[in-house]
Amino acid sequence: MEKYSVYILFMLLTAIGCNQGSAPRTGGALGGDAASATYVAPGQYDEFYAFLSGGFSGQLSVYGLPSGRLLKVIPVFSQDAEKGYGYNEETKPMLNTSFGFIPWDDAHHPELSQTNGETDGRWIFINGNNTPRIARIDLSSFETAEIIEIPNSGGNHSSPFTTQNTEYVVAGTRFGVPYPQKDVSINSYAENFKGMLSFIKVDEEGHMNIAFQVLLPAFDYDLAHSGKGKSDGWTFFTTYNTEQSHTLMEVNASQNDKDFIAAVNWKKAEEYIAQGKGREIPASHYVNRYDEKSHIATSTEVKTVKVLTPQDCPGLVYFLPTPKSPHGVDVDPTGEYIVGNGKLSADLTVHSFTKMLKAIEDQAFETTIEGVPVLKYESVVGGVVIKPGLGPLHTEFDNEGNAHTTFFISSEVVKWKVGTWEVLDRAPTYYSVGHLMIPGGDSRKPQGKYMVALNKITKDRYLPTGPEMNHSAQLYDISGDKMKLLLDFPTIGEPHYGQGISADRIVSRSKKFYPIEENEHPYKTLGEKSAKVERSGKTVHVYMTSIRSHFAPDNIEGIQVGDDVYIHLTNLEQDFDVPHGLAIQGARNAELLVMPGQTETLHWIPQREGVFAFYCTDFCSALHQEMQGYLRVSPSGSNTPVKWSLGEDEHM
Amino acid sequence: MRNHWPRLLLIVAGLLLLPLFIFPMWRITLLAPQYPDGVHMHIHVDKIGGKSPGTLQNVNILNHYIGMKPIEPDTIPELKYFPYFVIGFTILALVFGMIDRKFLYYLWLILFSIALVLAVYDFYLWEYDYGHNLNPNAPMKFEDESFQPPLFGSKVLLNFVAKSFPHIGGYFVIASWICAASALYLKSKKSATS
Repeated sequence: MEKYSVYILFMLLTAIGCNQGSAPRTGGALGGDAASATYVAPGQYDEFYAFLSGGFSGQLSVYGLPSGRLLKVIPVFSQDAEKGYGYNEETKPMLNTSFGFIPWDDAHHPELSQTNGETDGRWIFINGNNTPRIARIDLSSFETAEIIEIPNSGGNHSSPFTTQNTEYVVAGTRFGVPYPQKDVSINSYAENFKGMLSFIKVDEEGHMNIAFQVLLPAFDYDLAHSGKGKSDGWTFFTTYNTEQSHTLMEVNASQNDKDFIAAVNWKKAEEYIAQGKGREIPASHYVNRYDEKSHIATSTEVKTVKVLTPQDCPGLVYFLPTPKSPHGVDVDPTGEYIVGNGKLSADLTVHSFTKMLKAIEDQAFETTIEGVPVLKYESVVGGVVIKPGLGPLHTEFDNEGNAHTTFFISSEVVKWKVGTWEVLDRAPTYYSVGHLMIPGGDSRKPQGKYMVALNKITKDRYLPTGPEMNHSAQLYDISGDKMKLLLDFPTIGEPHYGQGISADRIVSRSKKFYPIEENEHPYKTLGEKSAKVERSGKTVHVYMTSIRSHFAPDNIEGIQVGDDVYIHLTNLEQDFDVPHGLAIQGARNAELLVMPGQTETLHWIPQREGVFAFYCTDFCSALHQEMQGYLRVSPSGSNTPVKWSLGEDEHM
Repeated sequence: MRNHWPRLLLIVAGLLLLPLFIFPMWRITLLAPQYPDGVHMHIHVDKIGGKSPGTLQNVNILNHYIGMKPIEPDTIPELKYFPYFVIGFTILALVFGMIDRKFLYYLWLILFSIALVLAVYDFYLWEYDYGHNLNPNAPMKFEDESFQPPLFGSKVLLNFVAKSFPHIGGYFVIASWICAASALYLKSKKSATS
């Protein structure tokens, strides 16, 4: 008997062994190895959060790594009907600008807040490129908490890129624009156009205000990164179009052998501001803040900014010549090396911060442009990575002294050693990688382990979905000598930059619901007994509550065609993950999606007489389908009395 | 030399009741897959709450599907007069301990034991009432089924496992009883030997 059981056990083990042996055949060329490296078992958590910009979706997507699972899409610069963002009365002000309400933007570069150069999980910032703005997302609620508009700017691309204690986020104009903005001939570019760099102060609560702007020549300020460690106090901006052309840019802006990296000494700028060197000029812009207690965003106009000009402020800005239209500018974790990714250059140029300071001290200037000294190339260059690939765009760093640079044209990531400049490894991407992301890879303390390539072209990577394909991203294991491709996943919109952070820096601060006793909304309803309907003239306010599984009131009469009806829905729930939605037939609006303890307002102008149903849109409970009600709409001027009820009791 | 142990123990027994004003005495826990953290209802001597501020509301939301009446602390008179009993027993323990007469040790322990039995019986009656007097118009009806939570232990109620056990305050009560019983034992021994 015992002999048989040993035999059976042997058979079983063999069978399991065979199974394992044949697994790679279905796993493709990568085999089960990559699959297990990205497998996060059901119910288990990912090790990292990845925040990938939504590009032309205007939003910010949140993924888990290494699984590549989409966790959330946070609405930032675009209206989002799914969450009612930018549709409900409370969040409409978030999208207000000096141009009025703008329902969309192009979101490029997420940047986590930092403390002492390390990602701290408090907030993440992201720039709006089209109508220049910066948003701050609170990582305890994963909601957009603030959006500030940047005046005197066109195309906010070199943004937001924080300083090492999140003293500032920055915004550099990608397009030269008339300064001040005015009606002039485009041909007068050289004479009338300028390029403005903005430094936005972030206070302890995360509130943003433009501290100062720096007036520079009308180059195109492409990307930025702030110094860290020894270079803390400086921010670096790449430029292209130092030719100052305004037409057929692909040719005319690619003529100069070298463009510049602008190095701005922001600590010096603070001194100049303190000395009163900042000229206050009219520059209307809006600051929109969402209050988590009232659940309401307010939009405030700020009318001026302070501008510093290099002519008045010696030592404020220097130009570092950098070959061929540098795109990304990336500072290594020590703060010593500043990588200029010259996208049309055969080589990769790395400047030395120490040499830069020496060159400034020695006044090793080639020339001066509009008050900005141009340092001699030879006196600032710290090293060159020779012919690493074609079309370098961006560099991120790991925790072992290596750099990883993307090459758009040759569609690859190249790993090289900081200091020796030798190429260590290269890995293809699918296809034409733009930015890349290593968790903490632009901070003083990269967390390493994984790298995500954010690609611009998808082609045949996934099942075809018509002419438009979502952009692809690839996850690589970078813990060994060789980069190892693990996973390939589609993304939202166009992922430009990304940020990664170990989950433990965020999980513990994540809110589960809003305490109802802290609700300060002026139209809150704290219990069903307080639910009511109030008419004043043509305006009707409905104070409504939701709790599993009914609205209070759920029968409302006395509304008239053409009324301005504001339905203020307070979700009375106090439990994790119990939102209630609200939708009304014929409302030319989106739904509401109200979190527990929150109040949100749907504006509805009834157009027709009749009785219209409303219902909960988020499957909340076993009786979700019964969570519905009726609104009676009478002709304008009728004498149907205002009435509301729930169950048998009228006027609850 | 006079032995102070019995009176000290009785006084301690009285003082051990005071934490009831801080810690809940009993806990009813509801467990189901979609409640990964569980729903933890805490019964205090003077209020009903839970692990989170929304617990009672969440319990009532669950209960209303089966027509159980909402648990409204304001309508439970015990929560108003129980605190006086607790304070009363503490004061009695202090006074009796001062006087230090054997029959007073008996008296305190007997009164306290009776009070405990009555409290548990009262708890059972409330549970019976909530579990059996269901609203006939409830959305979900189950023939011949009661939803009375267990008095002590664990029981399956539809999709939930309901658990009913003493909480921190309850353990203080048990400790108090043991102290009082020990006090009586030592007092009796002393009287017998002297």
